[in-house]
Order: sequence, then structure tokens, then C-alpha cells
Amino acid sequence: MSGDRIYPEEIAGPFEAPPAAFADREGREIEVRSYPDDESGERAFEALVEMYTAFDPADRAQGIPPSRESDVRSWLETILGGDGYNVIAWDGEAVAGHATLVADGDAYELAIFVLQAYQGAGIGTRLMEALLGYGAEHGVEKVWLTVERWNRAAVGLYKKVGFETSDAESFELEMAARLVDG
Amino acid sequence: MKVLLGVGGSEDSLRALDETVERARVAGDDLTVAVVENPRADRTPAELAEHVRSVVADAGLDADVRRVEGDAGSRVVAIAEDEGFDQIALGGGETSPMGKINLGSIAQFVLLNSHVSVKLVR
Repeated sequence: MSGDRIYPEEIAGPFEAPPAAFADREGREIEVRSYPDDESGERAFEALVEMYTAFDPADRAQGIPPSRESDVRSWLETILGGDGYNVIAWDGEAVAGHATLVADGDAYELAIFVLQAYQGAGIGTRLMEALLGYGAEHGVEKVWLTVERWNRAAVGLYKKVGFETSDAESFELEMAARLVDG
Repeated sequence: MKVLLGVGGSEDSLRALDETVERARVAGDDLTVAVVENPRADRTPAELAEHVRSVVADAGLDADVRRVEGDAGSRVVAIAEDEGFDQIALGGGETSPMGKINLGSIAQFVLLNSHVSVKLVR
């Protein structure tokens, strides 16, 4: 989007890079690992496809994730294939959530999705911290995102980890964070 | 149907131009194209108007193409309401690197302010 986006002066974090393991508020043992990783190998992609095809359409944000499996596959190939960073929250063999940084010029666009059955259990926060830690570790400086303004849970999470509103004039709220000194 | 298409030069507005011209050709719509000012667009308004005229001519349409100065959103709404248009057509938004749909500021203004039906072309 526009190159004139304003980023906070203050550095967000520090955040710990993945892997991380914890019990969520429902007592499930969750592991957060970067993607791709040796442990999950090839099946990680298929596990992601499974999560996104099971995703409740009511939780779609600005048209993503797509609803048809073929569209999910090509969307995932696009966002996983570029110069970006990805982390996955695993519940055993199944994907509970996914967070991604997609390259956008000298910055990165962020998105996070947690499967409905895993929402409200603290996984989003851990996933977000792992992604930002992973990005910072690789020198990612500037991160931005858009969020529907009625999605208070998401806005609250973004604020908690250091995002500030950079554009409030659109239907969607735009927020930005700085991870390392530039 | 009397259709007013607003084009400011963004990629989605150029796609809306192609689709709306094609639809007007097939359906026999009475099409007017308002070439509006979008400070974020690469082309000058004159270049854009030239492009619009060539797309319209290639389709064999007799559409009114006019340059509209001033605030794009409010001018499009005013023209549609004052001149009895049935529909406003606009580009339906750009997608971010992530694939998220982001509606342009002109479309946002028109959607919230127009008493004439609005079509967003995807």
C-alpha cells in the first residue's frame, strides 16, 4: 500500500523467537514452530490447508482466507512462497493457528488466524509474539496490518504487542509496529 | 439502464472500466464515464481520459466521457443524483500483498453517501 505509512518510534517487544511450548487456557499442549520446519516437513502445508478449509466463513477478514480448497491452496502458495516469515501453532498433528509476515517493499504485512475451536485460549497472543520474535531475529523492521474496526479482540491483541493505529480514516483500521532499529 | 462509471486511474478502476464497458455493450446500458482526480494514480487526468475514450471507442460504444474536477467522491454522487442515473459503478478495491481487499477512499465515500445504487466491480 502507501509508502508514507507512519510507524511508531518505540520498538515493540522484545519477543522470544519460536519454538515455544505451553498449555493453553483449555489445558491443550500447544507448540509454536516456524514454517517450514524439519519436524513437520511436507505435511505442514497440508495441515494448513486443512485448518483453512475448516475455517468459519464468519471469521473471514477482508476476503481471506478464501473459502474453496483450490483457492486456499493458491493463496497459501502465494503467501508462503515469497520472502516472508510464518509461524504455526500446533495441537499435536493439527494446526490450531497460523501467523504470517508477507513482504511489502521495505515492510511486511501481518495477518493471524486462529481456528474457531482454539479461540479465546491465549493462543493468538503466543502466536503473535513468536511471529514478531521470528521477524525481529531476521531483521524485520516495519510491520503493518489492517483490521476491521469492529473486531475488538483482534485490535486489543495488536495493541497489547505494540501496534499503534496508523490510519483510522478507512473502513478498516490500519496499524503499524517497529520491531528493530532502522 | 443509465450508468455512471467513476474512473480515477487506480488498477481496480481500470478493471471496472473494462468490465462496465463490456456490460454496457451487451446490455445496451446508457454509459457515462466520469474521469475523476485520484492523487494516487500514475497517469495524468488527460492521459486517463484518452485511455477511457479509446476503450469506449474499441467497444463501439457511444458513451459520454467527461473530466470531473474537485473532490472525486462527492462529485460522482452529485452527478448521479442531479442527472437521474440508475447506478454508479466503481472499482471494488485493491488487494494487499496478503490478499486482503482494501476499499479505496473514493468508493468508501460514495458507498456511504450515495442515494443511487452503487456497484463495486471485483
